[in-house]
Amino acid sequence: MAAISAHNLSFKYAGAREPSMENINISIEKGEFVVLTGPSGCGKTTLCRCLNGLIPNFYSGDLTGELEVDGLNVQGKTTAELSTHIGFVFQNPENQLFSLSVERDVGFGLENLGVPRDEAIERISWAMRATGILELRDKAPYELSGGQQQRAAIAGVIAMHPNILVLDEPTSFLDPKSAEEIVSVLAKLGHDLELTILLVEHRLDIVSRFANRVIVMDEGEIRLDGAPREVYGEQARLIGIGLPRVTMLSHLLRNDGFPIPNPITVEEATNELRQLLK
Amino acid sequence: MISVHNVSFQYPDGAEVLHDVNLEINDGEFIAIMGENGAGKTTLVKMFNGLLKPTNGSVAVDGVGTDKRSVAQLSRNVGLIFQNPDNQLFAETVEQELGFSLKNFGFSDDVIKKRVSSFLHILDLERYANSSPFVLSGGERKRVALAAILVWDPKHVIMDEPTIGQDYLQKDRLRNFITQLVSQGKTVIIVTHDVEFVAECKPRVILLSHGKIIGDGPATRILTDEKLVKDASLTMPQIASLMNQLTEAGAQHEIIDVYSAEGYLLKKLRAKPVSPLES
Repeated sequence: MAAISAHNLSFKYAGAREPSMENINISIEKGEFVVLTGPSGCGKTTLCRCLNGLIPNFYSGDLTGELEVDGLNVQGKTTAELSTHIGFVFQNPENQLFSLSVERDVGFGLENLGVPRDEAIERISWAMRATGILELRDKAPYELSGGQQQRAAIAGVIAMHPNILVLDEPTSFLDPKSAEEIVSVLAKLGHDLELTILLVEHRLDIVSRFANRVIVMDEGEIRLDGAPREVYGEQARLIGIGLPRVTMLSHLLRNDGFPIPNPITVEEATNELRQLLK
Repeated sequence: MISVHNVSFQYPDGAEVLHDVNLEINDGEFIAIMGENGAGKTTLVKMFNGLLKPTNGSVAVDGVGTDKRSVAQLSRNVGLIFQNPDNQLFAETVEQELGFSLKNFGFSDDVIKKRVSSFLHILDLERYANSSPFVLSGGERKRVALAAILVWDPKHVIMDEPTIGQDYLQKDRLRNFITQLVSQGKTVIIVTHDVEFVAECKPRVILLSHGKIIGDGPATRILTDEKLVKDASLTMPQIASLMNQLTEAGAQHEIIDVYSAEGYLLKKLRAKPVSPLES
């Protein structure tokens, strides 16, 4: 069973002239780490809003096609019903954190689901340990750094034991080091818990090494879908996604007549160029 | 010119965010203030338009201390675009948002109309003129916030994290736009931790860490200095760390962007003797 499966999914916001997303067909398997990218306004956020039921529950418009998430038909489900299947982390953790202590914040979702107290306490500790913020449990969210806040937001979501995690540009407010830490925490969670991760990102420099699949959207449609090395070709460059700089360099050198493969990371580029320079 | 002299800043709860900062920023310079989350970058730039006043030391803009002017007076010359556009936007339409400050500064309706339409065009916002800023995407709202400040033509422009939420093409446009502002003689100061953006723009970089300036110089020098970058909890631009690994230890390459790396490598590759097997 696929974790996420969409068939001819389209959506047009009420009052909009054009659909924001058209004929989306994807199948994401359990445990995949998928990066979803594309220029602003390409429909990435719209797709995410369909996955967690914000569309059509909170945004009105014309939704057609089929969408299954964690085996559930999303149409007709409330966001609350979906929340134990699919967790959502937003760009700015400040929009997601509001309690007086980190621990209470992490537990907020569980409280609302009516999870018994003992179990909730256990799950909160587990979630905070998994994201590396256990020692911050008594702090106020506003006392945390951006990276710590984002970890707290992730902890609050995984405490609800979803099988799928969707994150909408979770690193954009973070410095490069904190961003890398967040993405590696995600990769570890994905691996340890067999979570399916859909990460919406522009910062391909940082996320590519962790992704086993990259989906590129443009103008409401899926244009490319595959392993990073295959996706980061000429077409991706023309769509205008920010390829990792070492990948860009390899494009330039290939155009100059030096055949080198498509590196995704600095290490790969170093090895490939060493070979070439030998 | 913005002069920062022995500035320290302490929040009322006692946390010291800036410690003995000294800095001279000349008119027409392009500067990136970089450092980890919480390094004091935003606190520092809030001193430039008087939103914050130093606990110790002084800040002067164009020769006048910020303690001698109101924020409104300072803002006429120092435009600060916040990191989060939602802290700044409030009007019903994008057009009204852009016209608001001009009205307050007492410009004539005719001038307001012209300026607003020209900035809608420059920042690619024409089609949203009559939309509410709040239905726009995060990246678009950021452009509205930028336009709403630039429209009154401040001499010094400060942008707090302008690349957040912007895709690659928008960043490219932003880069060209900054170049344009600088060529008009404006001072442009960006606060950012986007090392790849800085590697492409190559401004003067001021590195802050724990409230202190730990580096100040051209991007090519600062961002290739492994120790400085580490101390500021940043990462090196990909190209800089690639070049570090490729060139022999200690070689001063100062290459941080894709095109310079291409040039350097082409020279090396073309100089390479053809191996006997291939000839």
